[in-house]
Amino acid sequence: MSFFSTRMLAASAFALMAAAPLHAKTFVYCSEGSPEGFDPAPYTAGTTFDASGHAVYNRLVQFKPGTTEIEPALAESWEVSEDGLTYTFHLRQGVKFHSNDKFTPSRDFNADDVIFTFERQAKADHPWHEYIPGITYEYYSSMEMDKLIKSIEKVDDHTVKFTLNQPEAPFLANVAMPFVSIVSKEYADALETAGTKEDLNNAPIGTGPFKFVAYQKDAVIRYQKNADYWGEAPKIDDLVFAITPDASVRLQKLKAGECHLMPYPAPADLAEIKADPNLKLDEQAGLNVGYLAYNTTVAPFDKPEVRKALNMAMDKKALVEAVYQGSAEVAKNPIPPTMWSYNNAIEDDKYDPEAAKKMLEDAGVKDLTMEVWAMPVQRPYMPNARRAAEMIQSDFAKVGVKVEIISYEWGEYLKKSMEEGRKGAVILGWTGDNGDPDNFLSVLLSCAAATPGGANRAFWCNQGFSDLLAKAKASSDHDERVKLYEEAQVIFKQEAPWATLAHSTQYVPMAKNVTGFVQSPLGDYTFESVDLTE
Amino acid sequence: MLRFILKKLLYLVPTMIGITLVAFGFIRLLPGDPVLLMAGERGVSPERYAQIAAQLGYDKPVWQQYFHYLGNLLQGDLGNSLVTKKPVLAEFLALFPATVELGLVAIVLATLIGVPVGVIAAIKRGSWFDQISMTGALIGFSMPIFWWGLLLIILFSGVLGWTPVSGRISLMYFFPSVTGFMLIDSLLSGQEGAFASALSHLILPSIVLATIPLAVIARQTRSAMLEVMGEDYVRTAKAKGLSPRRVIGVHALRNAMIPVITTIGLQIGVLMAGAILTETIFSWPGIGKWMIDSISRRDYPVVQSGLLLIAAIVMIVNLIVDLTYGLINPRIRHK
Repeated sequence: MSFFSTRMLAASAFALMAAAPLHAKTFVYCSEGSPEGFDPAPYTAGTTFDASGHAVYNRLVQFKPGTTEIEPALAESWEVSEDGLTYTFHLRQGVKFHSNDKFTPSRDFNADDVIFTFERQAKADHPWHEYIPGITYEYYSSMEMDKLIKSIEKVDDHTVKFTLNQPEAPFLANVAMPFVSIVSKEYADALETAGTKEDLNNAPIGTGPFKFVAYQKDAVIRYQKNADYWGEAPKIDDLVFAITPDASVRLQKLKAGECHLMPYPAPADLAEIKADPNLKLDEQAGLNVGYLAYNTTVAPFDKPEVRKALNMAMDKKALVEAVYQGSAEVAKNPIPPTMWSYNNAIEDDKYDPEAAKKMLEDAGVKDLTMEVWAMPVQRPYMPNARRAAEMIQSDFAKVGVKVEIISYEWGEYLKKSMEEGRKGAVILGWTGDNGDPDNFLSVLLSCAAATPGGANRAFWCNQGFSDLLAKAKASSDHDERVKLYEEAQVIFKQEAPWATLAHSTQYVPMAKNVTGFVQSPLGDYTFESVDLTE
Repeated sequence: MLRFILKKLLYLVPTMIGITLVAFGFIRLLPGDPVLLMAGERGVSPERYAQIAAQLGYDKPVWQQYFHYLGNLLQGDLGNSLVTKKPVLAEFLALFPATVELGLVAIVLATLIGVPVGVIAAIKRGSWFDQISMTGALIGFSMPIFWWGLLLIILFSGVLGWTPVSGRISLMYFFPSVTGFMLIDSLLSGQEGAFASALSHLILPSIVLATIPLAVIARQTRSAMLEVMGEDYVRTAKAKGLSPRRVIGVHALRNAMIPVITTIGLQIGVLMAGAILTETIFSWPGIGKWMIDSISRRDYPVVQSGLLLIAAIVMIVNLIVDLTYGLINPRIRHK
């Protein structure tokens, strides 16, 4: 998009706004960063999904607010074939796409839009595959949708049939993720005719609760309520994202009434927020885990009893207190307690330095010196990895294990920590994408993920464990899946490829007069249900 | 004079080529890889990695990449951002006015306060005013911008509620960007109160950004004044019985300002550096914040071309300063 057309867009958006002055109910969200663009498909950042996927678009199915349960969205209903290979979606009728000054839809949402949404990402020769030079579809490939989907057929205008290569229970949850937000084929055709394909990424047209109005780079995004929304219409008239990268400044803005709600407060500010009579603090367990992954292919960490002993040497309660300042709970399983199939019967390793020392001696470990890797960045699941590594260092010293703390630049850290034969243990974590246990267990602990390009940083390949996951993935019987995952967690605990550290809490500070905000366990920020009381 | 300008402009060419090398090398010397950062915790398979690297041309030897970049530059193509996929030049032009506006207000503020403070400190050398202002300048010069900005926000926006916390204008106002300068655009919009809002949003960030140049200008003015006041012609003027006001204002100040103007010109680079932190604190959508974001994302094209554009602007400003220096200083006439 040229510099001038950005201005034209802003100018025309202004004309649109001039006709409709700012309404009484303008809701301002102090977002933490700038979106990478407004087409949700090519990007991976939550910041981008909040600004595009959740505000402007819908998916075939969606997560029920505040949960990871699947509910109908643009698909009213669906059937899964007996063998789990065919999914038939019946599309909602009468759903309107937004319009802007350059485009007014002539038809309602239909099957063509669904097929367009998926095919542009799936087919390298599709005219919209690389509609902007250098654009790639990271989520589509990392969720292995390309390997999974065999074909997509239009049965009629309101029915779409997906055929898979193998049965895959998490498929529905994948289809609820922002990267497959349904875009308008008619809009794409219009842009192609006008020769402004890149506007799919600059001026999004969706079916979602809010219409995109204008974006001033790195400063402000403006939306208007979609009056034709197929679901329950938003209660606010205008939605504004005020981009505010610094957490302390976000809080000052909230306190000054310059915005109504903010994400990611600094842990150090929580006490002040709680004490402020004009603010509310919403909290919810996040769908995440912070862990320390041993390299199970390198001696002496190839012995489960050594890993177990080190886990017992760790005072996790003190660690969580110091690192998360109380805004987390100690983790015993690799999946968080809010996730279905969480095995609560499992007992965590007791903190017992004496017993740990003895176990290490019995395993023949003497004068061990090991590396502990500390991430250089903050993540919701790990606010201060350096501090965590120091706590582990002092705990391990008590059982005679010397720890050297290592850190690299973030990109290097991710790369080197996945290099075979890596020494020592790595602090890292994960935040769920779609609420399915498979999205934790397979991604982080399966044999397939223990290869280059995977994310199994323990290099732990346990055939029994991986078989359970494969079986659960192919089953469409929910109860059976629960059993299989519970069993897998038992094996995980016995083998101890990780020290599970913590599940952190998500905090959302907001003004007192904000009502109806529903926190998402997946860390999404959505505003169709918020309201402002006087 | 014309020859002098042409010669200076010719010198710019090798300098610019040097800068392309430095900027191109700097971002690649930093550990980190844009492709890995894009993938994050989820990882990327070796095949996929190779595919993306090939697409971006990062699989070729570095020298080839450099010459490819240089070739594109000569055709006026500064490349596209890896993240937003937009042309670097368009992004630069969209964000640049915000930085210029903040920088101009800051430098004007620093000059209007710094010069009088320096002059008074020189005249009243050794007085309490001299001591306090020079100590203040030292503190201001070593002020950590991040902390200073946050402190002002907490005090003036938080406790007192006098100024807005961050941004360029209240979200109530919405009008098309005509010039990119919020002060001008808000006047053009004709919306009531828009200009006042834009002005109030400028107060804190411009104070923060002006702090270091103000300290430098005040100290420089003081020492230039002291030097001039010891010169023969000033003593002569005093001996002739001219009023102190005339001595200081006409004879001393005019000559003392020559090095001070150079100093003010050289603050442009300092301002650019300060803008990075100031813009980040005040959510000011300008070049500094854009550079910081792009460096942390290892957005190679943005960093290398952005640095090149910034360097070009700083050098052109310095050239203009050089020329004015020749105009105001009769002792240096460019042959």
